[in-house]
Amino acid sequence: MSAKDPRELDFFDASYLPPMDRREFLKVFGGGIVIAFSLADFADGQEGQRGRGPGGNLPTDFNAFLAVGGDGKVACLTGKIEMGQGIVTSLAQMMADELDVPLDAVVMVMGDTDLCPWDMGTFGSMTTRMFGPAMRAAAAEARAVLVDLAAEELHRPAAQLATRDGVVYDIEDPAAKVAYARLAKGRKIERHLEKKPPVKSAGAFRVVGTPQLRRDAREKVTGRARYAGDMLFPGMLHARILRPPAHGAKLVSADISEAEKMPGVRVVKEADFVAVLHESPDAAEAALAKITARFDLPAGGPDDKTIYDHLLKAAPKGEESGLKGSLEAGAKLADPMVESTYLNAYVAHAPIEPHTATVRIEGDKVTAWISTQRPFGDKDEIARALGVQAANVRVIPPFVGGGFGGKSGNPQAVEAARLAKATGRPVQVAWSRREEFFYDTFRPAAIVKIRSGAAKSGSIVLWDFAVYFAGQRGSDHFYDIPNSRTTVYGSGWTGGPGTHPFATGAWRAPSNNTNTFARESQIDIMASRAKIDPVEFRLRNLKDPRMIRVLKAAAAKAGWTPAPSPSGRGYGIACGTDAGTYVTHIAEVEVDKAGGKVQVKKVVVAQDMGLSVNPAGAKLQMEGAITMGLGYALAEEIHFKNGEILDVNFDTYEIPRFSWTPAMETVVLDGGDAPPQGGGEPPIIGMGGAVANAIFDAVGARLFQLPMTPARVKAALEKKAP
Amino acid sequence: MDEKIVFTLNGKPVTVAADGGRMLLGVLRYDFGLLGVKYGCGEGFCGACTVLVDDAAVRSCRTPLKDVKGRRIVTIEGLAVGEALHPLQKAFMKNDALQCGYCTSGMILNAYGLLRRDPNPSRAKIIDEMSGNLCRCGTYARIVAAVQDAAREMRGEK
Repeated sequence: MSAKDPRELDFFDASYLPPMDRREFLKVFGGGIVIAFSLADFADGQEGQRGRGPGGNLPTDFNAFLAVGGDGKVACLTGKIEMGQGIVTSLAQMMADELDVPLDAVVMVMGDTDLCPWDMGTFGSMTTRMFGPAMRAAAAEARAVLVDLAAEELHRPAAQLATRDGVVYDIEDPAAKVAYARLAKGRKIERHLEKKPPVKSAGAFRVVGTPQLRRDAREKVTGRARYAGDMLFPGMLHARILRPPAHGAKLVSADISEAEKMPGVRVVKEADFVAVLHESPDAAEAALAKITARFDLPAGGPDDKTIYDHLLKAAPKGEESGLKGSLEAGAKLADPMVESTYLNAYVAHAPIEPHTATVRIEGDKVTAWISTQRPFGDKDEIARALGVQAANVRVIPPFVGGGFGGKSGNPQAVEAARLAKATGRPVQVAWSRREEFFYDTFRPAAIVKIRSGAAKSGSIVLWDFAVYFAGQRGSDHFYDIPNSRTTVYGSGWTGGPGTHPFATGAWRAPSNNTNTFARESQIDIMASRAKIDPVEFRLRNLKDPRMIRVLKAAAAKAGWTPAPSPSGRGYGIACGTDAGTYVTHIAEVEVDKAGGKVQVKKVVVAQDMGLSVNPAGAKLQMEGAITMGLGYALAEEIHFKNGEILDVNFDTYEIPRFSWTPAMETVVLDGGDAPPQGGGEPPIIGMGGAVANAIFDAVGARLFQLPMTPARVKAALEKKAP
Repeated sequence: MDEKIVFTLNGKPVTVAADGGRMLLGVLRYDFGLLGVKYGCGEGFCGACTVLVDDAAVRSCRTPLKDVKGRRIVTIEGLAVGEALHPLQKAFMKNDALQCGYCTSGMILNAYGLLRRDPNPSRAKIIDEMSGNLCRCGTYARIVAAVQDAAREMRGEK
């Protein structure tokens, strides 16, 4: 795979960033001690052992800074952004521990493209596992610099000095001490980290591994937290943009004469880009209603029912991996052979904050406040659209009101930039909910076909897994199967021209929700045919000690008692791996046989994520993922026809509500000194499979399509009936 | 078309000259700069824009300005007294009952409206009354716990 667009990487369980040129990032940073470091220096451990991923090489440029200020505060400058996932807390914890400062002393500066070095984007559960080790190393280096400075100041050998709570002191004479603030004050020391200094072992952590409440909570409960739409400037115009009624529609004509007559309204018309702007968003909305437009509508094209046939026809040549043994030999041993096709619908990201951008141009300097997961990508796109040097564009991500992969692309920022240039005024583009549903980069509809079989003993002897358009991530299994193959058709990013009728993209744990749903459903079918308890069946076919440990932990937490499915109890299980983390979900459901409605009563999740930096944050992510996962499992599906998106708000596009929330139990296994792995995405991947298997266990009806709506559950029940 | 509309906003009398058909959401955000009030869906389906009108939670995106004449409006900015947070705000913090924070103002004010009517709601009632407020990050379980904690504090039980 060639990774031209870093967003493509998200569909692989890749750990590597695309190659890039070395760039000079050291800038004048007031006074203090500045440490630059590069992720390239830290490509060992778990990630390195996996070999080079499809993304190519690690970057060679400096990839982050930290600065110890003369006020004793430590600034951590990272290109990552906070969108609710909690790295504003967990990264600060890692910094505090390694540098021996109180957590309160760490100031996070996130995603500002003028202050922070380049970053690919915040996705793929990569912050903690990839950025984290580098940041810790930089902090360790900064601590070494501080100790050296203290040795001069205190006239004592460095070996005799230790650090704690922002102070360097003499181990033998603790009264002899000097604060970091004093050491850093008035200095300007730049150090480039050439080689990895020793970092603390897990046993020495005082802040990492302790549960910490969110550091941004006070701003958020008082309404002071600022999002892109809260950036208001004198003279700023709010824009409303003329939109086509369907994807593929072409603007034929737009009569803007009535809108132009309205006081205070500016109209911008550049080819088929038509916008009305006003200092009041209500007035801009009213002006938009005055435009009469005609569009040529597209004819035909797939709809939400015919899309699967369309995709199978559009599929490019598959890429095989994990070929093992002989599929032919496996097929002869399979008793019985199980062949299944699994489907999942297009799913929306639907963050509660729609895509928003505020852009101000002053002279040749462009500043953009964007609800973004990818500030550096936006910077380049704005520069291209305006024909200016990227160096003149500054992107500042304020708080982001949910992303889930959907805010990796920000066309609204380019729209705002174009309009700011055209009007000479600051401009805000805030998508309406309808626009959000129309321009979302949906999780791709996908098909998985599996041919598999187990011997009478319960050993799986054949596994032939083919996935169309979901992507590679999570398609490789972790079971011990002698005859096995995985084939990936088409990627999830765009699928190539003529594949999807609208934009698609990464959705929390891309590919993996689809792949795990299919794989774990198929495993359950085989277990049921063999009349073996589904936990026992998995254990018989597992050799990977990490997965065995996680599965056993989940079963223990759930109080699992063995019984072949369907047992009538409504228990379902799913195992998976994502972003270096091993996870098992166990769901308990109740199925209304008459109406087909499924209520998930309880979900247990156990995961091995290596070292858990903030156990409270990890638990919060696990609960959030369970809750969000109910949506794609049970209800979320984009309906469309002739390019028109039929779901435009939360009335027909149902996302999980309070009333859906199950009882939740989470287990984070002790990771010891193992490097921390992903936490935001893994705990969502098993929701489809665990719920599907629980439905089967409850009523004996097998669901092969996500979401498992009441209509589909009823249909499965009827199909099962004799 | 503009008319003078007088109401109380976060404890202070205010007058605004505006079209009474405008929705409260835009007036609060852009005429008064109360940016804790959020747009989420514009049609009353998500609750991000919830504010209090005479202590009852309403969707400001569906409430015309003319409907609040002479009434008492409280936004998230008006809930704390100086730096002293309201029990609901403290309980949301203590329970980590938020992630991205975008729905949080609406959640807190919707819960406030509930607790004004029923200081001791059952868990089922909290879930029922909050179900019109959407959180995409999935913090519902924490929010229920936070509302229960806050209710206890407001009843003077801790």
